[in-house]
Amino acid sequence: MGVSRIILQGVGAVSPAGWSAAELFRVLAVKQPLPATLLERPGQATGLPVRRVPNAPSTYPWLRHPRLRRVSPITRFATAAALEALGDDAKGVGDGTLRLGIVFCVQAGCVNYSSRFYQEVLKDPATASPLVFPETVFNAPASHLAAVLGTPAINYTLVGDETAFVQGLATAAGWLEEHRIDGCLVIGAEECDWLTSDAMRLFNPQAILAEGAGAVYLKRAASGVALEAITDPQVYVSGVSRDLAARKVRQDLEAIGPATMFFNSSADGHDELRTGNDVGREWPGATASLRLITGDAFCAASAWQVIAAWEALRAGTEQRAFVTVAGCNQAAIGLSLIRV
Amino acid sequence: MLFPFPNRPTEPPRVVITGAGIVTALGMGWDVNAAGFRIGRRAFRPVTVFDASRQRVKVAAEVDLPPKLPVTRLSRRQELRLDRAARQLLLASVECWQQAGWESSENLSLVLGTTSGGMTLGEEFLKHAQGNPNGNRRQPTRVAHYQCQRQALLIMEALGFSGPLTIVANACASGANAIGHAFDLIRTGRAERVLTGGFDGLSELVFAGFGSLQALSLTGCRPFAADRDGLGLGEGAAVMALETLASARQRNANILAELVGYGAATDCHHLTQPHPHGAAALRSMTEACRVAKLSPTQIDYLNAHGTGTPLNDGAEANAINRWAGGDVTQIKVSSTKASIGHLLGAAGSVEAVICLMALQGQWLPPTVPTETVDPLCQFEFITKSRDAKVDHVLTNSFGFGGANASLIFRRWA
Repeated sequence: MGVSRIILQGVGAVSPAGWSAAELFRVLAVKQPLPATLLERPGQATGLPVRRVPNAPSTYPWLRHPRLRRVSPITRFATAAALEALGDDAKGVGDGTLRLGIVFCVQAGCVNYSSRFYQEVLKDPATASPLVFPETVFNAPASHLAAVLGTPAINYTLVGDETAFVQGLATAAGWLEEHRIDGCLVIGAEECDWLTSDAMRLFNPQAILAEGAGAVYLKRAASGVALEAITDPQVYVSGVSRDLAARKVRQDLEAIGPATMFFNSSADGHDELRTGNDVGREWPGATASLRLITGDAFCAASAWQVIAAWEALRAGTEQRAFVTVAGCNQAAIGLSLIRV
Repeated sequence: MLFPFPNRPTEPPRVVITGAGIVTALGMGWDVNAAGFRIGRRAFRPVTVFDASRQRVKVAAEVDLPPKLPVTRLSRRQELRLDRAARQLLLASVECWQQAGWESSENLSLVLGTTSGGMTLGEEFLKHAQGNPNGNRRQPTRVAHYQCQRQALLIMEALGFSGPLTIVANACASGANAIGHAFDLIRTGRAERVLTGGFDGLSELVFAGFGSLQALSLTGCRPFAADRDGLGLGEGAAVMALETLASARQRNANILAELVGYGAATDCHHLTQPHPHGAAALRSMTEACRVAKLSPTQIDYLNAHGTGTPLNDGAEANAINRWAGGDVTQIKVSSTKASIGHLLGAAGSVEAVICLMALQGQWLPPTVPTETVDPLCQFEFITKSRDAKVDHVLTNSFGFGGANASLIFRRWA
């Protein structure tokens, strides 16, 4: 028996590439940006370029779960990614033999229904829909997922910039090390809305909003792709710029040891590549950035980066991968995955 | 490094509270709030922060914000970016910080709970984006500061510290979950000190949301009353300074109380309705007692979630009855939401500070407007102000999505 570590037991992804991690890996291998479509923007003649998730396969049995009848896309994305990551262990959750925690991470969150509900309120609060309001709450997707899986264990929704997903991994690792739970899903998810796209393009007119979810299923085990390290988050306060924070994260990762893969998920406000270049400049190994292929999907994009690193380790001959996230308005953070 | 974690201590360190700040509709700060909660004073009034003329209910427990903010490291420009909720958070944070006597630090964790952060800025953003699609004046500021992480970073700037920031958005359990998470960080050796709490300001969207659900009382919030008909909304913030007992002793800090238990569980029954038997509430209370190594009979006062809705209070009463079992008649319960309303993401942290007040002052906060207690309540429900010996208190917080959290505090003597 080897020493028990925090292992990324499974992954799942819903992205503009499709409804599985395999679809995401396929487009990453091609290295071509996915096509964007135009999302109608009220009050403007031209739409906003976005990368949407294609329609869900109607064969998913969980789509008929009573809790999912009226949910917004973010819940469907999160549920699909989570179930893919969990795999056969879903049975153990259902029969009560596996204590499953959930950490759900968002930046924009349930913006479709929030926007819709507030527009109803502005028209007349007396007629605003009671069916829509509960779906506006940040933790609605995590609640639906817990109900679909039947897990009564601890369940957090974390809100922040793109770094929230990596902090979510640390939170889950803490619960696992304390033996509070047997497994934990960490999910990053977002959904497209003209309001979010409009907001993002105030800071970066070239940015293309994307949507979807990424899920990582963590367990304690002796072998697999393990969580090796998560750097201290470098928050953007007291004159610490995003670039400075990203450089500090790179230094912390370099101190861990050599890594032959490097993934960055920069989301710079003014220059799409600037932060990524600063962090990745002269990096001795290979580098990759999903963002140029999939678009900006905040916490979902961070999850996709981690999933891509997992796949590189699982399928390849590499021993270690670093993932850096220079968030848009909170912090920079990095993590190291290692094959054990 | 955030991970791997430092070696877990063989015995979890004791976690004490050395500072607390509170802002509610009863007023600013510990003293005025303690005086109000002790007698069950109520603070509801007609809504003024938005036009409520078309809302089903037109009253809430609004905070009277002071005209000037306390002096901090924030520039005037940064202060102007603070929305109503962030101002309340800042006021509570400054009170807590000063009471704790903490100084600038580069590795101090901040864990906050909120449901809607700067929602009023989000509302403004949407109205301007729709009303003037090609005019972007002030829109970037609204977008940035609508996001609760930006509000939290301004608190770090104001008080002069930095470190890991975690924001828990578990609906109305957010504030309690945030304090519980901070407790976990210290007990497992991942932090020595954590600033933690919750905040939420009144917003039109959320107010209309509860109105649409017909969850707001038309006759006044009366938790656990047989004739209760809904909740009242409020706003506020509360912040606590948590640290190890060793850290507090080393700097000879004044200790307000000890945090000894935290439990969390998920109710899968419904998005907005608790399971009628309160199964998850029972789990969270039981877990908190297990961590605290206490039995229900050792809890001298229970600050209930007690929203005043028929469903919540019924489920919580069932959970308390089952949790205490044959000893339930010894359990003393009240809900302070009758005084200040439901503070959503701030509720758990504000009610935690009320528990500290009860421990310090040795009194029980009454739920004055509840005259006829629901016969479901087998416990003693406190409707009149009284002094009491209070050594351990438990506070419950439950939220949409089935988020359930319980905290237990011990008197420091």
